[in-house]
Amino acid sequence: MTTLLSILVLVFIFVAIWQMVKIFDLTQVGKTTENNQVANDDDNRINGYLMIGFLIFIYVITIVCFVKWGDLPLMSNSASEHGPGIDSLMIISMIVIFFVQTVTQFLLHYFAFKYKGEKGRKALFYADNNKLEAIWTIIPVIVLAGLIIQGLFTWNSIMNIDEEADPMVIELYAQQFNWKARYSGPDNALGKANVRLIDINRANELGVDEADPNAQDDVIVKELHLVVGKPVVFKMRSQDVLHSAYMPHFRAQMNCVPGMITQFGFTPTVTTADMRETEEMKEKVFNINEIRRGKSKSLIAEGKEGLEPYTFDYLLLCNKICGTSHYNMQMKIIVETQEEYDEWMKGQKLFVDSLVKN
Amino acid sequence: MSAHVEEHGHDDHGHHHKETFITKYIFSQDHKMIAKQYLITGLIMGIIAVVMSIMMRMQIAWPEESNPLFKALLGKWAPDGVMSADIYLALVTIHGTIMVFFVLTAGLSGTFSNLLIPLQIGARDMASGFLNMVSYWLFFTSSIIMVCSFFVEAGPAAAGWTIYPPLSALPMAQGGSGLGMTMWLVSMAIFIASSLLGSLNYVVTVINLRTKGMSMTRLPLTIWAFFVTAIIGVISFPVLLSAALLLIMDRSFGTSFFLSDIFIQGEVLHYQGGSPVLFEHLFWFLGHPEVYIVLLPALGITSEIIATNSRKPIFGYRAMIASIIAIAFLSTIVWGHHMFISGMNPFLGSVFTFTTLLIAIPSAVKSFNYITTLWKGNLQMNPAMLFSIGLVSTFITGGLTGIILGDSALDINVHDTYFVIAHFHLVMGISALYGFFAGVYHWFPKMFGRMLNKNLGYVHFWVTAVCAYGVFFPMHFIGMAGLPRRYYTNTNFPLFDDLASVNVVITIFAIIGAIFQIVFIYNFFASIFYGKKAEQNPWRSNTLEWTTPVEHVHGNWPGAIPHVYRWSYDYSKPGHDEDFVPQNVPLKEGEEELQH
Repeated sequence: MTTLLSILVLVFIFVAIWQMVKIFDLTQVGKTTENNQVANDDDNRINGYLMIGFLIFIYVITIVCFVKWGDLPLMSNSASEHGPGIDSLMIISMIVIFFVQTVTQFLLHYFAFKYKGEKGRKALFYADNNKLEAIWTIIPVIVLAGLIIQGLFTWNSIMNIDEEADPMVIELYAQQFNWKARYSGPDNALGKANVRLIDINRANELGVDEADPNAQDDVIVKELHLVVGKPVVFKMRSQDVLHSAYMPHFRAQMNCVPGMITQFGFTPTVTTADMRETEEMKEKVFNINEIRRGKSKSLIAEGKEGLEPYTFDYLLLCNKICGTSHYNMQMKIIVETQEEYDEWMKGQKLFVDSLVKN
Repeated sequence: MSAHVEEHGHDDHGHHHKETFITKYIFSQDHKMIAKQYLITGLIMGIIAVVMSIMMRMQIAWPEESNPLFKALLGKWAPDGVMSADIYLALVTIHGTIMVFFVLTAGLSGTFSNLLIPLQIGARDMASGFLNMVSYWLFFTSSIIMVCSFFVEAGPAAAGWTIYPPLSALPMAQGGSGLGMTMWLVSMAIFIASSLLGSLNYVVTVINLRTKGMSMTRLPLTIWAFFVTAIIGVISFPVLLSAALLLIMDRSFGTSFFLSDIFIQGEVLHYQGGSPVLFEHLFWFLGHPEVYIVLLPALGITSEIIATNSRKPIFGYRAMIASIIAIAFLSTIVWGHHMFISGMNPFLGSVFTFTTLLIAIPSAVKSFNYITTLWKGNLQMNPAMLFSIGLVSTFITGGLTGIILGDSALDINVHDTYFVIAHFHLVMGISALYGFFAGVYHWFPKMFGRMLNKNLGYVHFWVTAVCAYGVFFPMHFIGMAGLPRRYYTNTNFPLFDDLASVNVVITIFAIIGAIFQIVFIYNFFASIFYGKKAEQNPWRSNTLEWTTPVEHVHGNWPGAIPHVYRWSYDYSKPGHDEDFVPQNVPLKEGEEELQH
């Protein structure tokens, strides 16, 4: 039925367009312009003005987006030591882009308006100017050189993991469709692991080598706890397909690749509790809860359950397509003080104790 | 019928050739007919892919809600009209594949390279008409296989258009990695064969069959763009073919090129020693040049149309050629910017950042040259011209955000978010599509002997232009807010609840934009039969295709092939009465050819 209706609608649209074209053509009868479907002076004029209209539209949509949604992007409240470096580079790049965009779009659309065709006018025969070409080759070169240099410095400082700072080693383990974390324990060394050692019956889900002395004090958990101010290096593994560990608030991301260990390191700088108290976050959470309240109302009216109010938490998301439930592969991250962390760690089971004895 | 076939055997030369329905319309070896076949196949594939994107946008804006459109089109994949997560990923995958390869590679390059290369260089046909025909029919076959993959039991391929293994390699990883993925790979292998035959033909034709006087520096920029595009295609497509073949080996014959240490659904698989990162390298070695395979023909078409409709020579002809070549060269050494966080050595990240940002330079040169071409012109606002100006606009907007994505440090946080979607849709999706539309409006008279209705063209352009920005501009913001792409729904993340309203706005623009494409479709098909009869040279253009008769003849020119005496951009040249001087007009006494 719906299919039939859709087809009918489509047919009607075609007929409507056909009739409108006919009507328009009839209004043109008697005018001196020849109807050869090539733009005449009227078309040039109207479309020239529309070009200016479109330029304004581009500017307006830019301004509206910044005013209305400008607070959405993660730009200022990074929660890691390297975060501000990325953010400032981002802002510099945005300013460059914004400037170039505004100027070039203006020139493009303004020229399209200014030089709209008129019968009898002749265009300027102007084919080449090496000086101009040189100018707009060299200016981008200089600007890009600056961006490249700052970008490379930022990149290298992020990717070079400072082993001397004695970072806490944590394994991130990805599988369809959840995350696990393995802490290396007091020895700060992860026990060897391979998927071939996985033994579901003994609850060795990560394939950790039970014989490895380093593995004895490992701790496997489903919620990531980090100590504020303490560098951490993640060793990432995946057991099945590609996943990507994306921690947007820490400006951190790395793919998890089956068959190899990838790594990413950073130092968290703001505890979850402190982040919840920042003005920006309070406002964001308030807005989100407004939206959720509205949705809850309509849900309850339908006789369904309402939505829980939202409290902020750092998240680890999967950001590489990994199958059906890719959209719901997440893990909570909690950044806390050393004392809170120790307290939490005390309550966790060691890997050796978590195994099913037989 | 048989009598005709008989004649066919004896009468083999040129335009006296009698043709049957089959040799004329189906297994045609005439480049003009093959171009039309590419165009119409590409259009149909485009309609399919647009409908898919609208379904995706509806799901994102109104997640998990019942929708009659889903119910009608998705059948068992949308029980009670609610889209399933599996088919969402399949739509993502097939939309990307069809748009990138079937519409913007074959539909754009296939149509206009075929139509314009022989006509603009002054040749009777392609170097090999037979290979050209085979190329189209391989493309047609691969299209059919790709569309048919929607009807297999476990669903079509759903691993993203990049089909990264192991997801694409293991049938147990997701439904779409079974027969659906096999069909995807077979379809793509055939597609690549088609593309290679086409590209080889283009290269050979441009090098060998130029008419007398048509030196390389007199070629229209369209031909330069098609020529260079074909070269990158020949260089990079075989690499994807090899990746696809190795993936087939991994899937079906137990090899471990891309797989290692996998535990899935309760069992350890035997694969050992392969690496998915290797696949990523092979894929993007094609994948990135592919972006330019899509874009360069559009830029070539635009160069021609902007010059013609500005009634001015294209500004900086040599710089334009140099930038096409520079972009083509650089495009083959930047693939790693898709892989900054793939786990490859961070040092490589630095190298690829450097080469990637270099591409901004020739791109900037091209943009400024377009803008300067408009300066002091006498702009004829035909629909093709509007789409060309639109292309320059979206090329700038989309290209600029490449500065962010190409910078490895910044890529960390926006990689695989909606920011990427916004970037590449503007810079290669919409731009290339505008190039395609511009080409259709401009060369429709050449293809079908009739004119497209200009007023419908204006409506089509302005609504499309507004909607394209309405869809993709806000998308940057939700991307920078950290929203990952390819999520079936965002409702599991309260964190993203404040982005939901942006997604609704985007979807509304997308729906309006898609509906107004009907105006174009109507205009296209109605004008084939009822359009105004075209004059021989409606746009008063210089290039050789407009010296051929409106009614097509086999061999293009009824008499001798015209000779060429000048470049194709002598618009408004002082000393001439008309504001255009076709390439086949000899230099006047004392007239100098411009030292371009």
